[in-house]
Amino acid sequence: MHAAPDSLATRVAVLRRRRARGRTRAAGGMLLLLLAGLALTLSLGQSFTPPGDVLRVLAGVEVPGASFTVGALRLPRAVLSILAGMSFGLGGVVFQTMFRNPLASPDIIGISAGASAAAVFAIVLLGWSGTTVSVLAVAAGLGVAAAIYLLSWRNGVAGARLILVGIGIAAMLESVIAYVLLRAPAWSLQDALRWLTGSVNGATLEQALPVLLSLALFGGLLLALRGSAELMRLGDDTAAALGVPLARDRALIVLAAVGLIAVATAVTGPIAFVAFLSGPIALRITGPGRAPLVPAALTGALLVLVADYAGQHLLPGRYPVGIVTGALGAPYLIYLIIRTNRTGGRP
Amino acid sequence: MTAAIAPGPTAQAILRRRRARAGWLVLVLLALAGAAVLSVALGTRDVGWSAILAGVRGGTDTIAEAVVAVRVPRTVLAALAGAALGLAGAVMQGVTRNPLADPGILGINAGAAMAVVIGIAWFGMVRLEAFLWTAILGAGLAAGFVYAVGTMGRGGATPLKLALAGAATAIAASSFTVAIILPRNDIAGGVRSWQVGGVGGATWEAILPCLPLLAAGFVLCLISARSLNLLALGDEAAAGLGARVAWARASAALGAVMLCGATTAICGPIGFVGLVVPHLCRLLIGVDHRWLLPFSALAGAILLILADVLGRIVARPSEMDVGIVTAFLGAPVFIWIVRKRRVRDL
Repeated sequence: MHAAPDSLATRVAVLRRRRARGRTRAAGGMLLLLLAGLALTLSLGQSFTPPGDVLRVLAGVEVPGASFTVGALRLPRAVLSILAGMSFGLGGVVFQTMFRNPLASPDIIGISAGASAAAVFAIVLLGWSGTTVSVLAVAAGLGVAAAIYLLSWRNGVAGARLILVGIGIAAMLESVIAYVLLRAPAWSLQDALRWLTGSVNGATLEQALPVLLSLALFGGLLLALRGSAELMRLGDDTAAALGVPLARDRALIVLAAVGLIAVATAVTGPIAFVAFLSGPIALRITGPGRAPLVPAALTGALLVLVADYAGQHLLPGRYPVGIVTGALGAPYLIYLIIRTNRTGGRP
Repeated sequence: MTAAIAPGPTAQAILRRRRARAGWLVLVLLALAGAAVLSVALGTRDVGWSAILAGVRGGTDTIAEAVVAVRVPRTVLAALAGAALGLAGAVMQGVTRNPLADPGILGINAGAAMAVVIGIAWFGMVRLEAFLWTAILGAGLAAGFVYAVGTMGRGGATPLKLALAGAATAIAASSFTVAIILPRNDIAGGVRSWQVGGVGGATWEAILPCLPLLAAGFVLCLISARSLNLLALGDEAAAGLGARVAWARASAALGAVMLCGATTAICGPIGFVGLVVPHLCRLLIGVDHRWLLPFSALAGAILLILADVLGRIVARPSEMDVGIVTAFLGAPVFIWIVRKRRVRDL
């Protein structure tokens, strides 16, 4: 007895292969888009730099004029945008996948606000800088995540309760940020905006380094654990039955996601809604199936890069990236609420 | 909810409840007086009782007396704002039949703030009367929008949907507010201190123009108590008992919006007072809106005065704005309310 050519198993296998190919193609397309965006932001700003000059600057050749505008201004900004966007996108989609709810993203349930409050406290009041700020931000992000989890625990964690508890915690933390900013000795609107909405103004390559390291460390950890993350989506019992060490893997996944969000937040501030938007957009592009980790990271990078470019050059006046993504994200959140209503409660 | 309408509380029981409520009323009034005294007496600078008495009478001969003279309008403003927010919160919870309704959570304060900033930046508003009307307009638009989004489709306005619609609206409004302020350095400083709610800079000149609006809002809210009691039974039952449901809801909401808008125009957005106060009052005196509404107003006044005093004491020698203190007092209560309810009701 052998299987007919169009048995269920073959059909599923063909479908899976086609899906996988589609996902790879989508990710490849997004990578190309990201490169195109990078090329655009590097060569076209207030003034136009020919692509040849841009390439020479990237290769380390001293080009009069272009070395400053491209090498010192545009490149660090673009690099930081991409790295932070990847961190936010990846961290966000992990949370959304784990709680099976697009609203459970770290910027809505207060984890970004926690990291931001810790960072602004360390920088403004304690005068810290660099890695220590990142470490404190990660610790605060983990603390907030644990607090939200414990506070919403009542015979298990329900998504709705978790989100509402998170909104309450976020409101409290935002008033901490406002308070610290009011206490700041030399108050500048630009600095304040970084901690309120997120911004990549005045980026340097040194700032981008911790974000790169955290992306390599935590992002790698997440990719390594993606198998058990997939199984956890089937429900805790099924995952445990299939041999996933639930407690250990979940702790590692949360650690990695919070680490990504917190380190990026310590540098750029909580860029509004990138974590919330990237996952659903990536899912829309790649189609249903596995959690779109890499596509979400690419989407996040593209979002931050393009939104920052729009805020700098396309809008009247210059706005930090968080204002642009905030204006993009709020209508989507409202759309999601309305759609939730139509589907009768299932987001 | 059922206690007020359950059949057959005996005459004795009704009498007992009335007496208990009267007792609470006396206590709350005493507490309000005590809070007011504390607010005038305590602050960053220590003053003696003689200076306090002289300052309250309007004396400004010594620094201590002048300090007290500044604290008096501040206390009055805190009382007015607290009463307005507490009452507005109770009315909103009644209108939406929703335990998480609060002018801060629902994005109404953010809407009012955005409207005021637009008025300052685009229309060159300077007069306080103009601020007031603009803030009320903004509050009304935000309230209508959030309620429309939250109730759209099946299932009606669950706490989760309303809170999320409010959060989204607040984020969009504050993004827009920042975008307006950003290119205008001249107004940025003033707007920034106003964006964290506070009662610090209160003067009689700023308080007086708001009084008619606040009074109108108080009256509209307080006379809606009976219809709110009916609405609590559900729309059909309320209509069957002779309430004009849409009309009752609209007029009560208008009153609440006027109170929130006027308060935000003077003090900036102050969150969580409208959430916490009605819940505490419900624990004390039950769910009858005829009692709940006035109690919420009084308790709101007490809460905001005490929060203001606390903000002056904890951060000596400087001050912590009252909006920050209320967030710290209110967020735990918010979480407690969320935890208390079953997931299905969220």
